[in-house]
Amino acid sequence: MAEFRTCPETGLKVDLAAEKLIKWNAVTSVVFLLVGGLFGLLVALTRWPEVHLLGADLYYLVLTGHGLDILLVWVIFFEMVLLYFTSAILLNARLVAPTLGWVQYGLMLVGAAITNVAVLQGDSSVMFTSYVPLKAAPHFYLGIILFAVGALIGCGIFFATLVTAKKEKTFEGSMPLVTFGAMVAAIIAVFTIATGAVILIPTLLWSAGIIPHIDSLLYKVVWWGMGHSSQQINVSAHIACWYGIAAILFGAKPLSEKVSRMAFFLYILFLQLASAHHLLVEPGLSSEYKIFNTSYALYMAVLGSMIHGLTVPGSVEAAMRKKGYNKGLFEWLRKAPWGNPVFSGMAISVVTFGFLGGISGVVIGTEQLNLIMHNTMYVPGHFHTTVGSGTTLAFMAMAYWAVPTLWQRELFAPGLAKWAPYLFGLGVSFVGVFQMGAGTLGAPRRHWDMTLADATIGYDLPAASFLMMGMNGVAALAASLGGAIFILNMVGTILIGKRKTAAAAPAPAAPAPAGVSGHGEGVSVPGTFVLAIIFLITFVLYYFVNWKYLASVWPLS
Amino acid sequence: MAITPPEQRVWWNEPVEKTEVLWVTIALVWALVMFFMMPYWHFAGEQNLSNEAYRVKPDAYLAKVEASAEKHKVREEGTTGIPVVRPPVGGDAYLLGRQFQWWPVLELKKGATYRLHMSSMDVQHGFSLLPENINIQVHPEYEMILKVTPTRSGSYGILCNEYCGTGHHIMTGKIYVTDN
Ligand SMILES: [Cu+2]
Repeated sequence: MAEFRTCPETGLKVDLAAEKLIKWNAVTSVVFLLVGGLFGLLVALTRWPEVHLLGADLYYLVLTGHGLDILLVWVIFFEMVLLYFTSAILLNARLVAPTLGWVQYGLMLVGAAITNVAVLQGDSSVMFTSYVPLKAAPHFYLGIILFAVGALIGCGIFFATLVTAKKEKTFEGSMPLVTFGAMVAAIIAVFTIATGAVILIPTLLWSAGIIPHIDSLLYKVVWWGMGHSSQQINVSAHIACWYGIAAILFGAKPLSEKVSRMAFFLYILFLQLASAHHLLVEPGLSSEYKIFNTSYALYMAVLGSMIHGLTVPGSVEAAMRKKGYNKGLFEWLRKAPWGNPVFSGMAISVVTFGFLGGISGVVIGTEQLNLIMHNTMYVPGHFHTTVGSGTTLAFMAMAYWAVPTLWQRELFAPGLAKWAPYLFGLGVSFVGVFQMGAGTLGAPRRHWDMTLADATIGYDLPAASFLMMGMNGVAALAASLGGAIFILNMVGTILIGKRKTAAAAPAPAAPAPAGVSGHGEGVSVPGTFVLAIIFLITFVLYYFVNWKYLASVWPLS
Repeated sequence: MAITPPEQRVWWNEPVEKTEVLWVTIALVWALVMFFMMPYWHFAGEQNLSNEAYRVKPDAYLAKVEASAEKHKVREEGTTGIPVVRPPVGGDAYLLGRQFQWWPVLELKKGATYRLHMSSMDVQHGFSLLPENINIQVHPEYEMILKVTPTRSGSYGILCNEYCGTGHHIMTGKIYVTDN
């Protein structure tokens, strides 16, 4: 029989088995964030022209480790936390098959460890993408496969818990929106992992010498079915976090359940298509395929993200206005708790994910525009603002609330924590901006020496691109400091945080305002709408500036 | 709240806020504009990637590139021993990528249109033509043909921007564009 405790802060019924799994997955995710983050700092210090810290071999090794540990290990371990939390705990239900949960945890941990060992051994510096026919050691692929199987088991437990909770009537009506968002992430995860198996198992056999040949283009088409979708798991998961934080801090409700759920649903229907984003300048694929696929069929998934971009801050505005912050367009925003890392992390995540990650993603994923950015520093610029100041920061913000709540301890260093989202979020955002700038000037990604000092035929990249890479290093230092404060707080809270007394502070989830029944009562959100229009104008301008830039390069067809 | 089940059992019938309807409409229109930009550029724009590519064995491709280089070589690039090849105006220009070099150096004429062939001898490489910032992925066993028209004279650098092994950062090449 499952055992429960009641959370004194939220009143939620907490399945102890689920709680234990959540704790172990959370701790492990943070450990890999630390490892991956250190790798990232070394990368940034090497690409800082004046510093140029590591030698070439070590640089390529560390870059491979950075990509794997951040893009894959940290985020997916944290997503397991979200799956267990949004199913068992939010639904007041028992977690189905907790023993299998430990299999999930064990496989993911062993897989991540094996791949990290392969990378550190030095003969698997093939980058996160591991494009064939560049070959890594067999255990490099084996580790990723084990990790993915573990994650798949986690998704299975999540689905089973949803079904059981429904059957055992532990909640009334439809599942909460946050759980719905997590479910969308889990559905995409299942597709993603299946695709990964289709390509990584043959690649493992090829690396072990059992299969003689894998077509490089075929590999890439299938690999990105996994690679791109895996990032869409993150998007769904971190948007679920945004809604969750708005609810926890402000008691916010979605403006309308229908619109928010439809926006998530668009992800299920259209995100899987997006893989050709990465194949726009590849030989042998038709323009029709590229256009249909990269636009997720008429940009329907982008539409989903643009809807969330309005409804998340909109729900915060509505909640704040109900509390009386009604003066002008932005009193609700000015009076928001900017010193609380849970809120500031979420707010910076929303803004930078939309303005930087979202806009650059669409630009880079447009069939012809890709030509002027493919594989330049612009590409890491884009994904540092999606996975870094978007997903990672959203998860950090969630953790600032969840870790003290679950461990029943006070946050270790709240004074420092106040600054962390700004240092990390703005640091990573500027990393993204400077990388995009350097890429626009032609600086290549994954490159050890922009001066091309050892090349037979030299070439001088513009001085401004060196300046940008220097600034990238400075921004990365700031981000690292913010990340270090986060990790210090997590570890400190868990190990030596002051125990909360039973009569702890009242629930941070504000009670629903009186007399609320559904939504027709017309709390309008003019402030959010103005922000959305500013976003749209920025988007349109930047989009067409890039077409203009493209039009100036050599005609080709 | 978003962390509790919707208050209305049948939330589907709740009226949707005006602001949301308006924003969804605007976003949908913008999504359609972005979608139609891509087919539009195929007709109105001049930068579209080729759909022409063939399967080719690396050895066979190497033979073609070397034959072209032998026939159209005009000089060598400095002391590197790499031939500078001037393909016939409007004709076929061959370039190959291999660990860790773009070969040979090409000399093109401004305003002329060439069929530029590209393939790789070993792993994937990234063709990055600077300062134009034209970036194309080059695969082994695929020969991609791109019609290009250089519009400015001068000397251009080619970098490899797909990681291709320990010498990735020394993988460069060159294209000259002359006025006549
Ligand atoms: Cu190369």
